[in-house]
Amino acid sequence: MTALLGLAALLLHAALMLAAAPVLVGLIRRIKARLLGRLGAPVTQPWRDLARLMRKEPVLAENASPLFILAPAIICAATIVAALFVPSFALGMSTAPLADLIVLAGLLALGRVVLTLAALDVGTAFGGIGASRESFFAAFAEPALMLVVLVLGLLCGTTNLNVIADTLRQFAPGLSVALGLALPATLLTALAEMGRLPVDNPATHLELTMVHEAMALEYSGRHLALIEYAASLRQLIWLSLIAAIYLPFGMAPEGAGPLAWGFGLLAWGGKLLVLSLALAVLEVCVAKMRVFRVPELLGLAVLLGLLASVFLFLGQGFA
Amino acid sequence: MLLAGLLATACAAALAPGAARAVPAVTTMLCGGGLLLDFIYLATGAVPTALPLPFGLPGFGMSLALDALSGFFLVPVLLAGACAAASAPDRPERSAPLLPAFLAGMLLALLAGDAFGLALGFEAMSVASWGLVLAGGEAARGRRAGRLYLGMAIMSGVALVSALALLLPTDGLLPGFGFGAIRDAASLPAPSWRGAAVLGLILIGAGSKAGLVPLHAWLPVAHPAAPSHVSALMSGGMTKVAAYVLVRVLFDLAGPATPAWWGVPLLVMGAASAVLGALRANVEGDMKAALAASTVENLGLIAVGLGVGLLARGSDLPVLAAFALGGALLHVLNHAVFKTLLFLCAGAVQHGAGTRRLALLGGLIHRMPGTTLCALAGAGALAALPPFSGFASVWMILQSLFAAPRIGGLALPALIAVIAALVALSGGLAAAAAVRLIGIVFLGRPRSPRVAAADEEAPRRLAVLRVLAGLSVLLGLFPGLGLILAGPALEGLTGVALEGRTGIWAIAPARDAPAYAAPAIAALLALAGLAAAVLLLRRRNGGVVEGRIGGLAEIPRGPAWDCGFAAPPPWLPFGDPATQYGGLSLAQPFIHLLGRGLLGARESVDMPGPGQTRPARYTLRWRDPAETWLHHPVLRLRHWLTLRANRMQFLTIRRTLVVVVSALLALLIVLAAWGLA
Repeated sequence: MTALLGLAALLLHAALMLAAAPVLVGLIRRIKARLLGRLGAPVTQPWRDLARLMRKEPVLAENASPLFILAPAIICAATIVAALFVPSFALGMSTAPLADLIVLAGLLALGRVVLTLAALDVGTAFGGIGASRESFFAAFAEPALMLVVLVLGLLCGTTNLNVIADTLRQFAPGLSVALGLALPATLLTALAEMGRLPVDNPATHLELTMVHEAMALEYSGRHLALIEYAASLRQLIWLSLIAAIYLPFGMAPEGAGPLAWGFGLLAWGGKLLVLSLALAVLEVCVAKMRVFRVPELLGLAVLLGLLASVFLFLGQGFA
Repeated sequence: MLLAGLLATACAAALAPGAARAVPAVTTMLCGGGLLLDFIYLATGAVPTALPLPFGLPGFGMSLALDALSGFFLVPVLLAGACAAASAPDRPERSAPLLPAFLAGMLLALLAGDAFGLALGFEAMSVASWGLVLAGGEAARGRRAGRLYLGMAIMSGVALVSALALLLPTDGLLPGFGFGAIRDAASLPAPSWRGAAVLGLILIGAGSKAGLVPLHAWLPVAHPAAPSHVSALMSGGMTKVAAYVLVRVLFDLAGPATPAWWGVPLLVMGAASAVLGALRANVEGDMKAALAASTVENLGLIAVGLGVGLLARGSDLPVLAAFALGGALLHVLNHAVFKTLLFLCAGAVQHGAGTRRLALLGGLIHRMPGTTLCALAGAGALAALPPFSGFASVWMILQSLFAAPRIGGLALPALIAVIAALVALSGGLAAAAAVRLIGIVFLGRPRSPRVAAADEEAPRRLAVLRVLAGLSVLLGLFPGLGLILAGPALEGLTGVALEGRTGIWAIAPARDAPAYAAPAIAALLALAGLAAAVLLLRRRNGGVVEGRIGGLAEIPRGPAWDCGFAAPPPWLPFGDPATQYGGLSLAQPFIHLLGRGLLGARESVDMPGPGQTRPARYTLRWRDPAETWLHHPVLRLRHWLTLRANRMQFLTIRRTLVVVVSALLALLIVLAAWGLA
């Protein structure tokens, strides 16, 4: 019975994640537009853009290799599998035993590395600039993320996301100093990994400031659609991850029925709304950073992660 | 046995020039046969066996011994040896007989049953590989690399012999050299300085061979100087022998009750090696030098795993110790496979495109698709991406680091948090290095006309590449297979088996805990990838799915968009090479931020003033601080000692006799004093 429920929850979760990813992008854009005094496009606009791109005929650069053509599928696959691991409204999905945080980071890294390779494939300056910067940011985001995983792993005894979310949901440690320090570290890492301001400007069309856009510059048609889709899904993964760890209330526990799911769905939607609002407000308020200032930002995240672990060692029994 | 066969091959090849042609084939067959025997040995329970030899030190003899640990380390060395020999050049070089001698030295070090044999094998390995470094490639660079290598090899040899001598039992009239006697002696109480001295000396002796910081700077110079198949064997095999010596001495010979703090120097050196090696892999301009630098990184990761293992074993946490050591041993296997593969790919590039310099390469995926595919499998493992092989072992090492703060104290967990952050940083840097290797060498546009006309590797060597790539993928999908090979050794060293925690389908840090299930993740990836590919490969006028990649040919092509840059002029058939990112520009952010502090990099930009039409110039100078502060003093010392010793050659007969007699007298006095004490 529990297994069946887990499977049903996974299917619903997968459908919702896949459907909601572009909507979330539209939502953030819409909130930003309203904050700036514009009306903004409807939240379904990204879906329409994707549908339009899928219809269009792609054009490849003359020297594009098979890797360039297959890369969108690999990137999409890695991101989709990562999306299956991050609990949204219910715990105990069928993929829960696989949902290790290090594996999750590895899957996102797989998508990123393939995209940087694709960016270098045609041999243009902009592809190179994007690839170089993306690798650069990722190398500094990784330590901060791993320190957060260390803190969570010590708090909950495992690095499995499902167990972590469940533990934090049941035994809410209140205002734990370690978690309080890990939260900003996670948020800063997430900003860099999602490619949002102040690390990367998702709305830019000025070549020299682009990171993600520069890597996807040579793509068109359905290839571009898959890459854009994977980017939006990656954003939803990060927001859901933050929600599952730091706002774990409302999630349906393992083995709970559809009634609890309904509550969990409402809670998930509410959390995403709050996080999108916060993201939009942040993006309206800050400007993009110089490339060499970004490691300082991520260095701050590493420092916070280190502080969090030290506070944890001080506070816990094994200190 | 096997050893004798290899030695006989070497001797025969050295004596009969005509036989040199058969050396690679015979060596490959011997290694393959040995590998098969070793698998059978490991599968049948790995019962320790010993074989006394009829020669050796007078009065003590020598013995060969095979146990689970030796058996496990034989796998990567024999595998690298077989593949390296199988992809040796068609036309035998003068140095060909050195390859089996090199292998025989490594095997002797692994199979030695006593301290003398271990040191002898280690030194034979050093000398043979030194000859191979000197014989390979460009004369001037080879000589410089050879000098650097010789200096470091002498230092490591001296440290290793002293460490082993300190371990020998001192009761009784004369020490016994066998490992059994050493183990018995280690269980006796000993002054604490001796343990510390053994640790320090073994870290210098084996650590410099493994390229641990700060003894690493010779490695990215010496390994690439040899011919490519030898470089593959040096990085894939010889560094594993160094790791074997570390494990053998620290976990086995030093007794079961090593203090916990022994892990700390390994952790620190390992994390520093991981970061510095990965950074250098991003900065080096030669493909093989970048790969050798990444060897430093991977040996650093192995050292981190060993450090956690020692720390946990000394703190009575055998379960954690077994897991950490398992991660280190799995990484030994993974690294041996993918680094051998990548070095052989570099050899294929050198052979097909005529250069290894990143500044001249590019676009080889169009000319060498088979090699590129194999290099991609290796790069995935190098970057530690799931489901490739490097990820599983790095996952285990990270998991053991995350569990290690439970050992207690405050300073130690804080240190471990820093180490975990450094290991993660090295992972990011390694991913960047993998992207750089693949992206600059195989993707993009050719950067020189010779490279644009590169040829695919010969079928025989390409087959070797495919075998290695297949093995790497297999180890990535089923990391449990590697751990099964390591199982008996783990149980012997930590007293705990990994049973219940590792299997074919998943590996978990604890019993009944959530795990890393590589096959399941790979299956999910394949499923999702298939779905995405179906979307991607649709025919444009309907929902019909094209058969495989056949549909790719139909996609229309045009000049690269490149934000509206004009098409290149006709005299530049691949466009202006300078308008595409190169190896240096790709790594420039890392150089700017980390290289200045860690590698002593000095950048200077010469910007033309307004109105001037000359081009801007960017120059980068860097030199590893370890080379300046450690390696050059060592080299100077060796040179000075050699000059002094050289005078002995020109002594008069009287003085020669005086030297000989006084040496004899001194020896007798030492022996007599020993006997009295």
